[in-house]
Amino acid sequence: MHGTVSEFGNRAQGNGTSRAAILEMSGLRLEACSVDVWTPIVHGINLTVHKGEVLGLIGESGAGKSTIGLAALGYARDGCRISGGSILFDGTDLNGCTDKKLRNLRGKRIAYVAQSAAAAFNPAHRIIDQCIEVPVHMAGRRRSQAIKDIKRIFGLLQLPDPESIGDRYPHQLSGGQLQRAMVAMAMAGHPDLIVFDEPTTALDVTTQIEVMASIRHAVEHAGTAAIYVSHDLAVVAQMAHRVMVLRHGAVVEEGEVGAILHDPRREYTKALVSARQTSHAHRPVDTDDEVIISVEDVRASYGKSPVLNGINFEIPRQRTVAVVGESGSGKSTVARVITGLLPPDRGVVRYGKGILPSFYGKRTKDELRQIQMVYQMPDTALNPKHSVRDVIGRPLEFYLGLDKVQREKRIRELLSLIELDPDEFIDRTATELSGGQKQRICIARALAAEPSVIICDEVTSALDQLVGEEIIRLLNDLQSRLGLSYLFISHDLATVRAVADYVLVMRSGDIVDFGSTDAIFNPPYHEYTELLLSSVPEMRQDWLYKLLQDRDNKKATDLRKRIAAT
Amino acid sequence: MIQIVRLVAQRIALGLFTLLIVTLLIFLAVELLPGDFVDAILRQGRTQESVEVLRRQIGLDQPAYVRYFSWLTNAAQGDLGYSFSNERPVSDLIGNRLYNTFFLAGYAAAMAVPVALTFGILAALYRNSVFDRVVNITALSAISSPEFLAAYILIFVFSIQLGWLPSLAHIAIDTSLWESLKLLFLPAVTLTLVTVAHMMRMTRAAIINLMTSPYIEMALLKGVGPKRLILRHALPNALSPIVNVVAMNLAYLVVGVVVVEVVFVYPGLGQLLVDSVSKRDMPVVQAGCLVFAVTYIGLNLVADILSIITNPRLLNPS
Repeated sequence: MHGTVSEFGNRAQGNGTSRAAILEMSGLRLEACSVDVWTPIVHGINLTVHKGEVLGLIGESGAGKSTIGLAALGYARDGCRISGGSILFDGTDLNGCTDKKLRNLRGKRIAYVAQSAAAAFNPAHRIIDQCIEVPVHMAGRRRSQAIKDIKRIFGLLQLPDPESIGDRYPHQLSGGQLQRAMVAMAMAGHPDLIVFDEPTTALDVTTQIEVMASIRHAVEHAGTAAIYVSHDLAVVAQMAHRVMVLRHGAVVEEGEVGAILHDPRREYTKALVSARQTSHAHRPVDTDDEVIISVEDVRASYGKSPVLNGINFEIPRQRTVAVVGESGSGKSTVARVITGLLPPDRGVVRYGKGILPSFYGKRTKDELRQIQMVYQMPDTALNPKHSVRDVIGRPLEFYLGLDKVQREKRIRELLSLIELDPDEFIDRTATELSGGQKQRICIARALAAEPSVIICDEVTSALDQLVGEEIIRLLNDLQSRLGLSYLFISHDLATVRAVADYVLVMRSGDIVDFGSTDAIFNPPYHEYTELLLSSVPEMRQDWLYKLLQDRDNKKATDLRKRIAAT
Repeated sequence: MIQIVRLVAQRIALGLFTLLIVTLLIFLAVELLPGDFVDAILRQGRTQESVEVLRRQIGLDQPAYVRYFSWLTNAAQGDLGYSFSNERPVSDLIGNRLYNTFFLAGYAAAMAVPVALTFGILAALYRNSVFDRVVNITALSAISSPEFLAAYILIFVFSIQLGWLPSLAHIAIDTSLWESLKLLFLPAVTLTLVTVAHMMRMTRAAIINLMTSPYIEMALLKGVGPKRLILRHALPNALSPIVNVVAMNLAYLVVGVVVVEVVFVYPGLGQLLVDSVSKRDMPVVQAGCLVFAVTYIGLNLVADILSIITNPRLLNPS
């Protein structure tokens, strides 16, 4: 990341609005098809991107931001169509343009960076062959020339070993490397406009920073215009000159990044800007709390590879213990061990004073009932053919043996508890619910068993920010009403701060830091915790720039210290 | 590499184990047939004595498990025993027939596989077009009509009405290759008709299934044209299911040709097998079944191994 800081500095002040427009959408309308009926999803958007300018598109899922991003390439996914308006790219209207003309523009003049590089790279071909496809096969440049060029771009994006990294297959690269390779692929054709579709959403915070920094560096270096689509305003604030806030397929507000952050006009934008600032009042930490679950010296592995290297912690009654860490840290494995899905190699899990059988099949119905789970993806955690009544009724029958009348009564109580109207929702199937409603049903299903502990595995990460916050509020509320204990697994530090009493920081199967939430989130920090905390994007325009500068300075100081020592 | 060798070795071991089970099934099935060779050949004027003598002569007086193990050990060494009916070695009887069967299967495969893959890919490329529908309807009608019907229609048109091709596929050892190809043209076309649909539909489905994947969308957004999209981006990832369905059909071409052989009076293995069953000539029936089993298992093994080694994840472990 050295040597890039000064360029960021220049950019933070600059903007390109005085330059000519490269893309102009006017009155753009898109429709989506469900069961043979076309419903409008984007209602007449006007959007302009100038040469060398980065425009941020922000909104929740269903706001139409990705659809608009794709429309900038004259493309609509299966089941979608561009139904009106014009998309002028450098004078050519992409709406109603022939396929041949579109193919001629795509890749060479307008490029796309997908959300999941792991899925968007073809598993059957080497990275370099995919990266030079546009220059060699579409633009007809010489292969040797294109290879030389792409290696230079690999270097520009700070990929390790730019000379040979392209010879690998997609599965041989890490998530962050793949995402940068995809940016390199987009830049290979030297396009005038790149559409970035949530390019860092699937990454860990520390990796996200590296990718954000290299994207910014590369885009700045090439002078390319870009549309940067994201659901995270803090991320967009680092990347874009101008921001457009979208909701339900219409523009809520548009303006310079600074203006949107500091002086939002509309309620919705204000909610987005303040979203991360909620916090819950932590009850004082008390060491005499009764312990519900204790995990003692647990080692676990998948096959031969160790995942947990002997961890110890306790979950007290009516408390929330959060487990944070990046992907691969073993945080979900903790949940699998406690629920008995993965029997540990060594160590025990206790419920109260008694040792729980390590394999769930050996546990009694009552032991199973005490520990319930809520999963990350409410879409896949609910059977789409079952009604809400079936979903919640099943644990009532299985664990508590309630008859039909009692069940019906209890299902209605539970629905009221999770703030859904029983009359309206009891007969719906999962497909008739929104993401947040589905997650509420999953919580009700866990509550139905009347457990003392609920394990929440990334319960808000598949949800939009504002919806996620509602779920967190509900969980906090249920805890104080029902005296539940939570094990809250998350990679999102802001959310953890809002729910947890205690925090465990995990890294490669070890607990590296543990303490009350106040202790963890206030100095003095553990080194790794500090890295995680400082990597969470903040709602300041110069955040990334300052952070990288700080880290560079720190490196320089360390180096100087070392030189002085010798 | 070690991973691949281990996987392949595993598949081969599994194949051999399957084969062992199949030998047991073959033997049991043959045992279950009512009556034996002696009953079949000595219909009238048989005495208790002559039956005993004949049974002892050909070893039918031994208990079944003794016969099974002696057959198994001999077969493992390549000795398939002697035919009951004409006392020639089974391998001699089968040898020529086997060649004929494989020749016809190979001939049919040489037509069916390229046709199926080409039309499958084209149908995927122009899916939901008129071309796609015509190809699909034709292929489905071909597979839906029984083989003998297709065979007789072909004979009626090309042999009887037009007189271009012979209706009998009567080849001898000294028939020239060109002559054989001509004689076998109609049987081969019949077999092509019944196998092409399956392979073609699978190719089409495998490719279309991939067309919704993010890397295909990426390729589209890179401006890749339709031909390159299918051949370079979709096909390499669709190979595994295609190879499997091709192997199944090749196996069918070897083991499922009895009807076609009978219609065209072609001296293949299927006809020999049918004759031997009615004569209760057990060594020949068992040997024939064994050959079919080996073909079936062998081809599926090859398909499995091909899908293992065309997987870049296994070929280039991280």
